[in-house]
Amino acid sequence: MASQEVLREEPSRGSFINDPRVRGIFYQAVVVIVLVVSVWWIVQNVIDNLQRLHIASGFGFLNGRAGFDISDTPIAYTSDSTYGRAIIVGLINTIIVAVAGIITATLIGFIVGIGRLSKNWLISKICTVYVEIFRNIPPLLVIFFWYSGVLAVLPAPRDSYNLPFGSYLNQRGFYFPRPVWGEGSWLILVAFVVGIAMAWFVARKARQRQMATGQQFPVFWTSVALIVGLPLLAYALSGFPLSFDFPKQSTFNLTGGFQVKPEFLSLYLALSCYTAAFIAEIVRAGIRGVSKGQTEAAAALGLRSGSILRLVVVPQAMRIVIPPLTSQYLNLTKNSSLAIAIGYPDLTATAGTVLNQTGQAVEGVLIMMVAYLILSLVTSAVMNVVNARMALVER
Amino acid sequence: MQEHDMSWVRTEMALAEPAPASVRGLGAWVRQNLIGSVGDAILTVIGIALVIMILPQVINWAFINAQWTGPDRTVCATVAQGGIQPDGWSGACWAFVNAKFGQFMFGTYPVEERWRPILVAILFVALLVPMLVPRVPRKGLNAILLFLVLPIVSFVLLIGGMFGLPHVETSRWGGLLVTLSLSFVGIAVSLPLGTVLALGRRSKMPIVKMLCIIFIEAVRGIPLITVLFFVSVMLPLFLPAGVSFDKYLRALIGVSLFAAAYMAEVVRGGLQAIPKGQYEGADSLGLGYWQKMGLIVLPQALKLVIPGIVNTFIGMFKDTSLVIIISMFDLLGVVKQNFSDANWATPQTARSGLIFAAFVFWLFCFGMSRYSMYTERRLDTGHKR
Repeated sequence: MASQEVLREEPSRGSFINDPRVRGIFYQAVVVIVLVVSVWWIVQNVIDNLQRLHIASGFGFLNGRAGFDISDTPIAYTSDSTYGRAIIVGLINTIIVAVAGIITATLIGFIVGIGRLSKNWLISKICTVYVEIFRNIPPLLVIFFWYSGVLAVLPAPRDSYNLPFGSYLNQRGFYFPRPVWGEGSWLILVAFVVGIAMAWFVARKARQRQMATGQQFPVFWTSVALIVGLPLLAYALSGFPLSFDFPKQSTFNLTGGFQVKPEFLSLYLALSCYTAAFIAEIVRAGIRGVSKGQTEAAAALGLRSGSILRLVVVPQAMRIVIPPLTSQYLNLTKNSSLAIAIGYPDLTATAGTVLNQTGQAVEGVLIMMVAYLILSLVTSAVMNVVNARMALVER
Repeated sequence: MQEHDMSWVRTEMALAEPAPASVRGLGAWVRQNLIGSVGDAILTVIGIALVIMILPQVINWAFINAQWTGPDRTVCATVAQGGIQPDGWSGACWAFVNAKFGQFMFGTYPVEERWRPILVAILFVALLVPMLVPRVPRKGLNAILLFLVLPIVSFVLLIGGMFGLPHVETSRWGGLLVTLSLSFVGIAVSLPLGTVLALGRRSKMPIVKMLCIIFIEAVRGIPLITVLFFVSVMLPLFLPAGVSFDKYLRALIGVSLFAAAYMAEVVRGGLQAIPKGQYEGADSLGLGYWQKMGLIVLPQALKLVIPGIVNTFIGMFKDTSLVIIISMFDLLGVVKQNFSDANWATPQTARSGLIFAAFVFWLFCFGMSRYSMYTERRLDTGHKR
């Protein structure tokens, strides 16, 4: 029968134009061709432009003399140093402000986030106002506000504000006593490291004992005693080698002490305030994400409210908090590039100066991109380790 | 049957007793919310101290001592600083904002041509408000007018050079005009571009997928300033000699590309949240790829991630302030530029100008976030777990 014949025929595949695999290969081929052609066109243009403008290429310029000064130099640097060193100085400045900002923002953020959940009406409203203000204005504006709105209109050095512990605040920044490490002060550092190591060891042993016997050990106070006590002991034993260089007021300026410049101060304060508002929201979401049943079950087991928070709520909240917290840390690091707007010599600022002086835009932008990518990857890696330790252990 | 005397039984319900005094009224509220425990009481005292320390000073500065009008810096400076205020005076210099208001809004756009941006703003509001109110019909026509016709009309109106309108270079644009136009175009470009990138990242074609991943991760890994640097320094190098790009256009490209990468990740989150059955259901109906995505998957996915999309918009709106780095003057840039005006230089000028700018930014961002919360509630179809 005719119908049988038809059934036995090869199933019709339709035109190969409608085959998704063929189409996929075709589309990708088109993309690759377009990409190759445009990259080739761009590269040709770049080469032409560079030749026309007599700009060298390659990274040889990093060994050239920089010839510009940098206001904040954590490592030795003069205008005779190389371009490469200038960029490294900028990178270190970025890291300093990012680390300081991350620590402060985390502290403020946790306080404000927990404050927003407080049963105390006044505290929760104050925290809400804080979050809603800082979340909705640009970070650059906050930086300018600290820089030109607050720090620039402080009194001149002659009428500095006297703060506790012999520190001063005026338009040129914040001055505080600088510790002078005398002979034998390395002992203090060694004692500090030994203290931390011993505290870690004690915590481990205590945990093992609690797992085995159920007996608890005051780990926290022992650790405090070890970490604070050992360096103090070493300080006394080595004959009090540590002294302080206090800032002194002279006619026009403050001399001595350690000066924190207003550029750093305003960048640091602004990044901390701004990021803290976001961290507060993350912390709030994290704590609210722990279901009420958990708290009630813990209470039913007879745990005290402090223990409930420490053993039941916080570990679960941290699981929700850490991933978005990581991206806030990355944002803070990237936002530190706003330093260029107020003249704090961070990576973007120094690399930008180098780029302007040498004209080697391609290499300059490449260095910036790679440096920020590496910083981001390192931060992510550290936070991933923390996250892995916090993560739910499942079968 | 025996008759019972029911007279001792109540016939009407007893009235509810008022709640005990200890749980009602202001006193109970204070006890519960402010001084529930010793710790709470201490916190309340600290809070009140904070409010008393800050609030009167702020009100004093911003309203009572503030100078609202004035010809120049003398109204905002103390006698020692060469002004008319008594020594120790401290108040907002709104006179500065007042005098520079036109600049803050339009930059150096020619004064006699300023009706053009104002007209664009009126058109924008007239099209945006019906778009945002759910009850108004004809959303499709409205969207076409807002996203296709309005940009063309605004472009003609703002740039000029045709229909008898004098030409205004983009270098003369500034202030809120730049902030709003950059963000509007950025929003209009980044959402479709981000969606395409997100689809590419989830595509089965390895080369397309890889390219999308490289683009998204590279842009997300670097600060916007670096992207702006890249576009302002490198784009001219990429093009043949003689072809030059408008600075405004370069900023536009930078901001849009940057926002698109973030948008792509937000949309990808939505795409991943759609159950596989939806994709398979669309396939089994015989829909093609674009039909499947456009009719089934994207409408659900985008609805799921509205908060994320609006957050990206807010982020981009705030980020437009960074164009100051490549010497363009948005609202913040113009405000900062005017600090150096010797006619208005007083210790209060910077604060007043920045607080005004902060207030404008805050209004827009807060409005956007509130609207997104409202939309989220309205579109909530119980999909979320």
